[in-house]
Amino acid sequence: MNHAQSSPPRPTDVYFFATCVVDQFFPGAGMDAITLIERQGIRVHFPEEQTCCGQPAYTSGFPDEARKVAAHQLTLFPNDWPVVVPSGSCAGMMKHHYPTLFAADPVRKAQAEQLSARIYELTDFLVNVLNFQPEDTGGDCTVVLHTSCSARREMGVHLTGRQLLSGLKGVKVAQQDHESECCGFGGTFSVKQPEISGAMVEDKVKALKATGAERVVSADCGCLMNILGHAAWKDEQEGRKTPSLPGEHIASFLLRRTSK
Amino acid sequence: MSARDRILGKLKASMPATAPALPAVTSWFATHRVVESAADKASRFKTCIELAHAEVHAVTPANWLTTLREVLRSKALERILVSEETTHGCAVLEEFPLHGIDCQTYDMPIEAWKTEMFRQTPASLTAARAAIAETGTLILWPDDAEPRLMSLVPPVHIVLLDTTKIYNTFFEAMTAEGWKDGLPTNSLLISGPSKTADIQQTLAYGAHGPKELVVLMLAKDEQ
Amino acid sequence: MSEHILEFKPAEGFRARSKAVVDNPFLRQSFRGAMDFLMSKRAAQFPDAEELESLRTLGESIRQYNLAKLPTLLEQLEANLTRNGIKVHWAETPDEANAIILGICHERRAKLMVKGKSMVSEEIELNHAAEAAGIGALESDMGEYIVQLANEKPSHIIMPAIHKTKEEIARLFADKVEGVDYTDNVDALIQIGRNVLRQKFLEADIGLSGVNFAVAETGTLCLVENEGNGRMCTTAPPVHIAITGIEKIVEKLEHVPPLLSLLTRSATGQNISTYFNMISSPRKPGEKDGPSEVHLVLLDNGRSQAYADEQLRKTLQCIRCGACMNHCPVYTRIGGHAYGTTYPGPIGKIISPHMLGLDATSTMATASSLCGACGEVCPVKIPIPELLMRLREEAFSAPHANPAMRGQGAGYSSLISAVWRGWAAVYRSPALYGVATWLGSRFAWLMPSKQGAWTSVRVPLKPAPKRLRDLLKERG
Repeated sequence: MNHAQSSPPRPTDVYFFATCVVDQFFPGAGMDAITLIERQGIRVHFPEEQTCCGQPAYTSGFPDEARKVAAHQLTLFPNDWPVVVPSGSCAGMMKHHYPTLFAADPVRKAQAEQLSARIYELTDFLVNVLNFQPEDTGGDCTVVLHTSCSARREMGVHLTGRQLLSGLKGVKVAQQDHESECCGFGGTFSVKQPEISGAMVEDKVKALKATGAERVVSADCGCLMNILGHAAWKDEQEGRKTPSLPGEHIASFLLRRTSK
Repeated sequence: MSARDRILGKLKASMPATAPALPAVTSWFATHRVVESAADKASRFKTCIELAHAEVHAVTPANWLTTLREVLRSKALERILVSEETTHGCAVLEEFPLHGIDCQTYDMPIEAWKTEMFRQTPASLTAARAAIAETGTLILWPDDAEPRLMSLVPPVHIVLLDTTKIYNTFFEAMTAEGWKDGLPTNSLLISGPSKTADIQQTLAYGAHGPKELVVLMLAKDEQ
Repeated sequence: MSEHILEFKPAEGFRARSKAVVDNPFLRQSFRGAMDFLMSKRAAQFPDAEELESLRTLGESIRQYNLAKLPTLLEQLEANLTRNGIKVHWAETPDEANAIILGICHERRAKLMVKGKSMVSEEIELNHAAEAAGIGALESDMGEYIVQLANEKPSHIIMPAIHKTKEEIARLFADKVEGVDYTDNVDALIQIGRNVLRQKFLEADIGLSGVNFAVAETGTLCLVENEGNGRMCTTAPPVHIAITGIEKIVEKLEHVPPLLSLLTRSATGQNISTYFNMISSPRKPGEKDGPSEVHLVLLDNGRSQAYADEQLRKTLQCIRCGACMNHCPVYTRIGGHAYGTTYPGPIGKIISPHMLGLDATSTMATASSLCGACGEVCPVKIPIPELLMRLREEAFSAPHANPAMRGQGAGYSSLISAVWRGWAAVYRSPALYGVATWLGSRFAWLMPSKQGAWTSVRVPLKPAPKRLRDLLKERG
């Protein structure tokens, strides 16, 4: 399931599908992603009617509800421009599950397939479409990268984030133990099985901290919500005032490192 | 209606109308497994089975009995179970008693001597029908002459392998020999001594079968 | 953990059992170590990504081809086994299977049955049935033997005693095996097991085994093992009974080598197992050993239900390698017993509902973050995450007529369903979404500091004061 599509020519315009999590919880990451793309001389369009890809209902066993929400997104991207999504998991939903979701509805299935072909996860788009070569303007620092399971296994774009970071000359990318293991978020999993999810995020945060990196970056805000949420909770528990594991979306980190 | 009819009835009611295409087994092996020279196959076989903890000796028709005797001496074994219906078994039977090695034969059904087999049979010699280079595997087709328990119960199992009979893969062995047209009561692949890692993933040899597997790779003198 | 394992409804108490393991740092560490070991062993067997991928594709096509012809192949297998002198029995339920096996035992006045590794015999709880019938059933796979001595059940389908340390096993042997002093030397412990079980192989009236592949065209039962106990059970006693699920069948002998390679490399990271034992008939005239009777019991137990649905049928592709559990972050955290089912881990979550009903297993499908590690390593490409989502749908949708699964709708809650309908109503409407998220951002300070399970190990979620769409508007 690699981004098998051959890289299209550099577009003049793209759509941005922010995802509901970025819209509501990480708006800064969304702004930074848009700015990064705009700096490459590309117009970014944000269809205001966008809401959510439908994944929460889909993975929870409510495909009818997911279909209703997904159907609403299908018509929001009429021009033949790439649709950039700053999340591997939402991109995975739109790219790989929309066609299945609408399998029984020929009109929407065609729309879904047409849309699916244009979906790009942000780091994949930066590397493989824009050939973005970040020019580092910051000092030396060490970061650790967490890649979401969807980006890794569904989208096959686990290498592009690392590629972007390794292009920053002052930045050292640390390697955590069990890098490819899930952080334990999994949408409703985190509240339906809180003991297991809690153990997973605990181990993930320990592994990230053990690298000694100054911060964690990720291209998925769902994972960040979980990882940073646990790290901050642990800080509270242990009476720390400054965060022991700060973190941000990779777009924000890239933008800051490449700004003069 | 019997359980059989009910199960088959349910399955047939939901059986897909068309079967998928035949799996491309032959072409997969043709494109993913090397076909090696006799020497390379022998060497790959040896490397693989040694990795699995087998002891391997190169022998010739002229020296294999001497090597076998040395193997027994090195393990302080004074008895060996052989077949009186094979040429290699007969060769041992003729020569070893002269050297003070006691030879047992599998000349009656197991029921007549099961306890002795389990308690007083420290080693055995059988031939291998063939071998597989890819995985370091011996192929045995136990028969009247060298029955099934002969390669299983004695703690030391010694196997005589004709090195001209090494196949590249299991797939090649079964297709070249036409196994699908008839298999014996029991056919076996053996790829090392018995082992287990069931206690804390620690490898231990001699779980239930032979603790030691010795392979005598028999090649013509000039090779 | 042993007190939990006979629980009838695995779904009940699943969270409590998981919590017990998660809260035990020693067990956490020990499962992690064991899974790391198995993952690295497998990885070392597949250095070439193209070879792995093409072999998985071949494995998938072999399993799908054979499942598509399943009823025909079962008839062919039966005909060829019968021709070869092997008696074939059919069982729809565990009770029927036990009755068949114990019937054979009674006819032979059998007192002792030695068992090779068979997950299907665990599935039907044969040991209990045999005990009740006054027949000794002794496990002979080292791991199974240990687990049986401890009065437990296997916690992994390939490594049954993976939850036990050598010290625990040492204590167990010293307590339960006559004349044995405490030793935690693994070689010595294995020798103790070997000596006890050798005597039993000698005495046993019946040998029982599972089956890894049943070959229809030749009428052959194939068994994969390392220890030699499987060969003992199928060779030393006068009667051999094999039991298998109806799905473990291949039409052609040539289907075996690719599946065998996938199985041993995925399971324990071996290029091949020590023994591959192919049995095609009982002892023939003139042969000096081997059982004079060989039986095969074919068990349905819910498999035909999975078979009836095109998507759920993929569950039956499984060749029981256990790689999905070795790579599962959930299994790694809770081990096998917490599941409360014979088959734990990802494969357990998708196969058990067909055996026990979705009513007994409905919450198990929720115990996955859908990370996809299981599907990624599955040697026959079972889309496990997709099947988990399907099971969630089957469990939580309102009960309806002609369901695909027994227990469909068992997890249905009108309240939860209404919540999702409400969610969909908001998220499909830009206007409602706009209002709801605007309110969320303005009144984030009203968000409670306790947000149920989320805040048990995380700080509360708070929407940002301005949404992305607000920031974009401000920027103009």
